[in-house]
Amino acid sequence: MLKFLPQTSRRDFLKVLGLGAAGLVVGCTGSPPASPGTPVSSATPSPAAQLEELNHFVKIGADDRVTVVVKHSEFGQGSSTGLTAIVAEELDADWSQMAWEFAPADNKKYANTLMGIQGTGGSSAIANSWQELRLSGAGARALLVAAAAAEWKVPVSEIEVSKGTISHKSGKSSGFGALAAAAARQKLPEKVLLKDPSKFTLIGQPLPRLDGAVKTNGQAQFAIDQSLPGMRIAVMLRPPKFGAKLKKLDDAAAKAVSGVFEIVTVARGVAVIAKDFWTAQKAKRLLQAEWDFTKAEKRGSAELFRDYKKQLKTPGPVARNDGKAEATLAGAAHPVELEYEFPYLAHAPMEPLGCLVDFKNGEVDLYYGAQLQTVDQASAAATLGISQEKVRINSVFGGGSFGRRATPDSDYVVEACSIAKAAKEKTPIKLIWDRTDDLHGGRYRPMSVHRVRGAVGADGKPTAFFHRMVVQSFLADSPFAMMIKDGVDATSVEGSANSDYQIPNFRVEVHMARVGIPTLWWRSVGHTYNAFVMETFVDALAHAARQDPVKFRLAMLPKRSRRRGVLELAVEKAGKPPQGGGRGVAVHESFGSFVAQVVDLEMKGGKPSLLKVVCAVDCGIVINPDQVKSQMESGINYALSAALGEAITLKDGEVEQSNFDAYKVLRLPAAPPIEVFIVESNAAPTGTGEPGVPPLAPALANALFAATGKRITRLPFTLG
Amino acid sequence: MSKFTITVNGQPREVEADDDKPLLWVLREDFGLTGTKFGCGASLCGACTVHLDGQAVRSCSVPVSALNGKPVVTIEGLAQDGQHPLQKAWAELSVPQCGYCQSGQIMSAAALLAKTPQPSDEQINQAMSGNICRCGSYPRIRAAIHKAAGSS
Ligand code: FES
Ligand code: FES
Repeated sequence: MLKFLPQTSRRDFLKVLGLGAAGLVVGCTGSPPASPGTPVSSATPSPAAQLEELNHFVKIGADDRVTVVVKHSEFGQGSSTGLTAIVAEELDADWSQMAWEFAPADNKKYANTLMGIQGTGGSSAIANSWQELRLSGAGARALLVAAAAAEWKVPVSEIEVSKGTISHKSGKSSGFGALAAAAARQKLPEKVLLKDPSKFTLIGQPLPRLDGAVKTNGQAQFAIDQSLPGMRIAVMLRPPKFGAKLKKLDDAAAKAVSGVFEIVTVARGVAVIAKDFWTAQKAKRLLQAEWDFTKAEKRGSAELFRDYKKQLKTPGPVARNDGKAEATLAGAAHPVELEYEFPYLAHAPMEPLGCLVDFKNGEVDLYYGAQLQTVDQASAAATLGISQEKVRINSVFGGGSFGRRATPDSDYVVEACSIAKAAKEKTPIKLIWDRTDDLHGGRYRPMSVHRVRGAVGADGKPTAFFHRMVVQSFLADSPFAMMIKDGVDATSVEGSANSDYQIPNFRVEVHMARVGIPTLWWRSVGHTYNAFVMETFVDALAHAARQDPVKFRLAMLPKRSRRRGVLELAVEKAGKPPQGGGRGVAVHESFGSFVAQVVDLEMKGGKPSLLKVVCAVDCGIVINPDQVKSQMESGINYALSAALGEAITLKDGEVEQSNFDAYKVLRLPAAPPIEVFIVESNAAPTGTGEPGVPPLAPALANALFAATGKRITRLPFTLG
Repeated sequence: MSKFTITVNGQPREVEADDDKPLLWVLREDFGLTGTKFGCGASLCGACTVHLDGQAVRSCSVPVSALNGKPVVTIEGLAQDGQHPLQKAWAELSVPQCGYCQSGQIMSAAALLAKTPQPSDEQINQAMSGNICRCGSYPRIRAAIHKAAGSS
């Protein structure tokens, strides 16, 4: 529920902002900002004005522009626009005066309050910033009001602020800019008042994205666009199997290519450093490397599935155990049993990963779309042999991530730093991956197999559910390994072990497979497969009980479950089921948000084809309904892409997909019409970046079952 | 290495490059026009789409030596101040998410509208199927093309 604090004491406020009682930082920027630091706004940039920092998150220029410091990554989720709106709301600013810029890496000021380190993930950008940014906006407003009161010699209580104008009934009025310097010298009052949500004028509005202009005119800056004088380009040759080591290298032909400066061997492979990308790529193809495969993972997908299925037959660590699932199933008249298979998936963000490294004088500047700033800072420092304070991260837009940029070992950042360290000539070096590097680079959504058994009693209610899975844990052997408890990695079983379906005998077991293929969180993590298992299996139980799948679910959900509201809304909005085709539903909770989806299929030339997707979401208080819709559309298409086409497969330990011809992703003609509806709520805001993903594939599979009687248990699958 | 003169966004520009260097990398690295993006290098994703003599082409697969004097237009030169009806519709409908694919999407859509001012859904499918958006902004791309078509 919403922890709404109408009043916050100054001490709490300072704690939230990480400020000492000494007060506020006043600073100014002398020189015009360079490319990564250019504030992003919908308006044309004005010349750099003197900026007053009213707190860590709010800077006000003499030209009235308010710049919000965004501590989160922006790789599409739109959180930069949402976070800016939260500040603008409490500040009573006019939307047209708002801009934002990326925060530097600074864990003391800019930690994710839900993670304890600076980083973006778990759809938490809005959720963890909500209180912090409301306080920042309200605090900055209080300072401006105090400054106006002092200058006009009137009581604070008589000052009003609206749409960027501070005024008094005497007729005196001012913009923010003219009072910013004086405000920065004011002391915060004992109490800072937060707005009553019923008075919100910006929060809840479908404001267009602030980065809409720069992302349509070619000006948006990504890692791959970064440039410094004297910069060189690096590309990497990595072993063809994970875990292999370089045995012998003949780089004579590559070195002879004109424009190649250096070829260096680093922990992760061999790097070519050249004057430009094309030259580097040409030289890379001429490298003759021999690899030592002794410690490499040599199994292919077929062998891995075989080994997983063997393990699936044995009992594993227990993630949840209510009642007596096994005994109940043993005595059940008609138990239902299904086995599932999920492949490895690549994130394949549109921008191939890369990072510009400027390492000199024992200090380094990194330019890239950072996602786990604190982790990357530590990894870069360790790689370069310098202290963490000497690592500056200059964040730029990320061309997609879906989890890929948040690597516990900072893989590509470490790779770039190790090249910069190994290079004899200390110039700025930009590492650029190509699509093959991306698809062969590991860090996949882990493959998994599942065996699920369940039963329905004579009264039509489910009596038992027993879910056992085999899946790799990417937290194992990572700095986050302490999150694994009693052999159970909670991210592996999320969406199943924590389900709120009321089934008296409920058991979940998980085997952590040991495989030499690096894996990682992939947009919605464990929910990607567990929602599919749960929601198709529940559908199968409803079918076995000869019940309507929606009513069957509602009967299993507790009265207060927020899944009920989204399921009912989605079904209501979907209207009549299609004639002759099939309808499927799924409802799932992830990252504190609740999403239901209804998929309708029609028969076209004897084949099922997608008619539409209807989606309902409950994510608490909505900052920007248009961005909520946009994230649902995005999640649906991302999930549809995976369900119908994506799989990373291995042969003898080598990835078989090298580009988008073999790694098949969704394209525009196959994208269905999507309708999104939002459940009104006054609960604290939760995320939307991931929760749109989990329900789509099971709803689609359930629709296919309704249309054809075919139960899908292996991904990816086809409609026809 | 040879010398080439290329007309980009109405300006003749000179470059010394390997004959097989793709136009994409000449634009990005030699001319600093980084709005055109690299996504696959193999004509599979559309991120590098520019106009060559008015046609949408994948600049990652056009060697600089194959231009034959044909003029090139990139996202930076599509319209003054980024005010092409498509660019306006794109920003108004908040089409971009990460934004990385969008230069290519807009260039493909602009080539379509130049030939077919009022495209049907089927014509949009045809023209846009070579452009991948991993963020799944497809419904809004379709809507923005219709919107721009209505206003142009
Ligand atoms: S980079 Fe040219 S089509 Fe992908
Ligand atoms: S907006 Fe991210 S790939 Fe299209």
